[in-house]
Amino acid sequence: MKIAIQNGRVVDPKNQIDQIADVFIAAGKIVHVGAPPADFMADRKIDATGLIVAPGIVDLCARLGGHLATELGAAVAGGISTLVCPPDLNPPLDEPERVERLTQEAADLRLARLLPLGAITQNLDGERLAEMAGLAAAGCVAFSQGKRPVLDTQALLRAFEYAATFGFAIWMQPQDFYLSRDGFAHDGEVASRLGLTGIPVSAETVAIATFLILAADTGVRLHLRRISSAAGMDMIARARAKGIAVTCDVGIYHLHLSEEDIGFFDTLARFDPPLRSAADRDALRQGVLQGVAALCSDHTPLSHDDKLLPFGEAKPGATGLELLLPLALQWGGEAGLPLMDALAPLTAAPAAILGRDDLGCLSPGARADLCLFSPDEPWQVTPETLSSASKHTPFLGRELLGKAKITLVEGVIRGR
Amino acid sequence: MNASPLVSLPDAEAQCRVLADLIRPGLTPDTALVGIFSGGAWIAGRLVELLELPDAAGLVDISFYRDDFAEKGLHPQVRPTQIPFDVNHRRLILVDDVLYTGRTTRAALNELFDYGRPAAIELAVLADRGCRELPVAPDYCVWNLELPRSTGLILSRDKAGRLFWEVEQHHA
Amino acid sequence: MPNPQLNAKGELTHLLAIDGLPREALTHILDTAASFLGLADREVKKVPLLRGKSVFNLFFENSTRTRTTFEIAAKRLSADVINLDINRSSTAKGETLLDTIDNLCAMHADMFVVRHAASGAPSLIAEHLRRMGHDDIHVVNAGDGRHAHPTQGLLDMYTIRHFKRNFETLTVAIIGDILHSRVARSDICALTTLGAKEVRVIGPRTLLPVSLANMGVRVYHDMEKGLRDCDVVIMLRLQNERMNGALLPSASEYFRHYGLTSRKLALAKPDAIVMHPGPMNRGVEIDSAVADGAQAVILDQVTFGIAVRMAVMSILNGKK
Repeated sequence: MKIAIQNGRVVDPKNQIDQIADVFIAAGKIVHVGAPPADFMADRKIDATGLIVAPGIVDLCARLGGHLATELGAAVAGGISTLVCPPDLNPPLDEPERVERLTQEAADLRLARLLPLGAITQNLDGERLAEMAGLAAAGCVAFSQGKRPVLDTQALLRAFEYAATFGFAIWMQPQDFYLSRDGFAHDGEVASRLGLTGIPVSAETVAIATFLILAADTGVRLHLRRISSAAGMDMIARARAKGIAVTCDVGIYHLHLSEEDIGFFDTLARFDPPLRSAADRDALRQGVLQGVAALCSDHTPLSHDDKLLPFGEAKPGATGLELLLPLALQWGGEAGLPLMDALAPLTAAPAAILGRDDLGCLSPGARADLCLFSPDEPWQVTPETLSSASKHTPFLGRELLGKAKITLVEGVIRGR
Repeated sequence: MNASPLVSLPDAEAQCRVLADLIRPGLTPDTALVGIFSGGAWIAGRLVELLELPDAAGLVDISFYRDDFAEKGLHPQVRPTQIPFDVNHRRLILVDDVLYTGRTTRAALNELFDYGRPAAIELAVLADRGCRELPVAPDYCVWNLELPRSTGLILSRDKAGRLFWEVEQHHA
Repeated sequence: MPNPQLNAKGELTHLLAIDGLPREALTHILDTAASFLGLADREVKKVPLLRGKSVFNLFFENSTRTRTTFEIAAKRLSADVINLDINRSSTAKGETLLDTIDNLCAMHADMFVVRHAASGAPSLIAEHLRRMGHDDIHVVNAGDGRHAHPTQGLLDMYTIRHFKRNFETLTVAIIGDILHSRVARSDICALTTLGAKEVRVIGPRTLLPVSLANMGVRVYHDMEKGLRDCDVVIMLRLQNERMNGALLPSASEYFRHYGLTSRKLALAKPDAIVMHPGPMNRGVEIDSAVADGAQAVILDQVTFGIAVRMAVMSILNGKK
């Protein structure tokens, strides 16, 4: 199948392309961007006039809950062609067969590409190493504990060493278990006023310090998930400057919201890690802008009852697959960025974190994953406009700009 | 309707003296006065002096007993009710400025009974303007008049402390 | 963000926290309480303001004392009072907080007095009532987690006003476990709203929240410095579970540094009053000589508490 996507504005951050051009696809791969190659006879032509033609979004973290088909459908509805799923499912992804079953099930749906993270420890217990090599062979792209801690620092060191042996990457959410225990809001002004149990910034920075030291000692490739504080972002930027192989990401909501959005106990504004101060939020924006951090949806499916509870008892998280693109565009607009720079943290940056040069770009030979979107199309966030089974977001009822129209994975239009 | 019959309003201070004269013949040693806040309380004060009564007048604020509380809410300036004597076995004269629907009188009676069981209660008013909604009648009244509901009759007090009448038109 | 305590007309429809209420709303409640105070001396202590209304005391956390004061207040207003002590077992049955509320709404409740261990639970209930169209049902927060205890804050203000008249000249010290105290938060908000000259909090770092300065208070760790020239001293109860070594080494070490003794009280102004929300831990946060001394107004607080709660309930119910 040969496809020509015509007359769109092609924006490819990795290759620094931003021009009206055609994209040519054959056998699920990008052939060329620009003038038609000789002898290229398109079987299908897609008119992209008025649309942005970008690499498919690579989402570094989305939880899918019990609705694999719905949520992978929501991903392609949001322009996401690849998503990474953490291992703390029930049961956890600590056995190769489980990983194979999940990836096969996802592949059969022919929606977005699902890349699983394997468990670092058996049953995520933080003590006994899981079969990382077997899990990698089954399709795990890196290893993580999800939201579960490794309390024993020696076990952590062993895990880093073992992963480094095989060149596997370790993805950790830096949040010290003891400093964050029982807490559910940023330990700042709003938590003090509302009497919410706080999680101090030190919960993040203490964990980052530990991880950075062990990563430097072992040489493991370290990715830190969901940075929430200015201090944390600064530590990572400095470590990178010193040549430590560390990357990080930020949840899209943390780029827009702060502790103030909790207002009067709005459970929709409960996140893990918590929304922090406006100064922290601004530092996260700066970190993404400077390429220190990639963006992810941190999509967390929740049921209606999960948020209808007192703030501390409500579950953290929000629906994100369909808001990732418009909220990234909004950030880019507010920061006065060229479109290419606003799309980099959704495409080239996460692909680089995954070590994949065949994703997140339109280079010849790369997988033909594309997101065709209308950048200025307004739409209102309502339970009806979201195709995800999870409808909870602080942006409910708000109007956003930017809507994915066509999502291709390996040269095939997915969904709808 | 115009307020033409009220072009010249009567002198309220003079009416207080007439009211005292009406009350005086029936006075007993255990008579005490209770004024309804605010106009009735002023009049009761005048009457205590004119009748040379031994006890100061009691003061009731019926805010907590109003039957329209649910619609109108609590008045922001509720005055504490003050009854400086034991009401049990006393002959009380309840004093108000204007008798209208009778609801205020009922609320005041309810409140007085929460202080004890008086031997008797009589009602003294300066003006009875009609439009009764409850079976209430004054025992002592100086001025009988008929006013439409759109007209308000209000007893006020000037800077020198003199009582005077005012008329107000309510527009529906 | 609209204040969930006020309706579209700006009238008080729930009492969830002192935070966000204008000074006029607070003084209106205090003024109304003053007129209720006289009722206690009458032969019949009731007034018919809430006759025929059903007040549900929903105590998800045990507190016989607070529940009783609300019960007395509601009964003096002639309301019907239904006490529900909802322990963990009924929530363990799977009925959520809002299920419980829906059930009680179906029983034609007019007011919920809510005590809950989770900060924000009364706000959640108020928001739920709004969503369900029950605009005529009112919520009074009787203490939620660490967040707020607005009627305690108001009765403390009533007590201070009763003894000291004018807030503008007062220096008030709040001493003890500020971090976990909903009373402290409500007192701080009320004092700053009413224009107290200076509000001080005194305690060890482990018992103070991180951003107190933003709440308009001065922080002291040394009780002797903090007490100097104070007009009002508010002691807080130290919960037993805080003394187990995690936040404080021992009750006796706490008492040495932050317990109120006659010697330390002498550093405050000679006519300073001593307050405590009760129940007191004698010998932990307060010495018996002070608790029973001439400067203590702790029992006055209890008396004023009834009148303040009557004022709150009648003001909420008098609005349509």
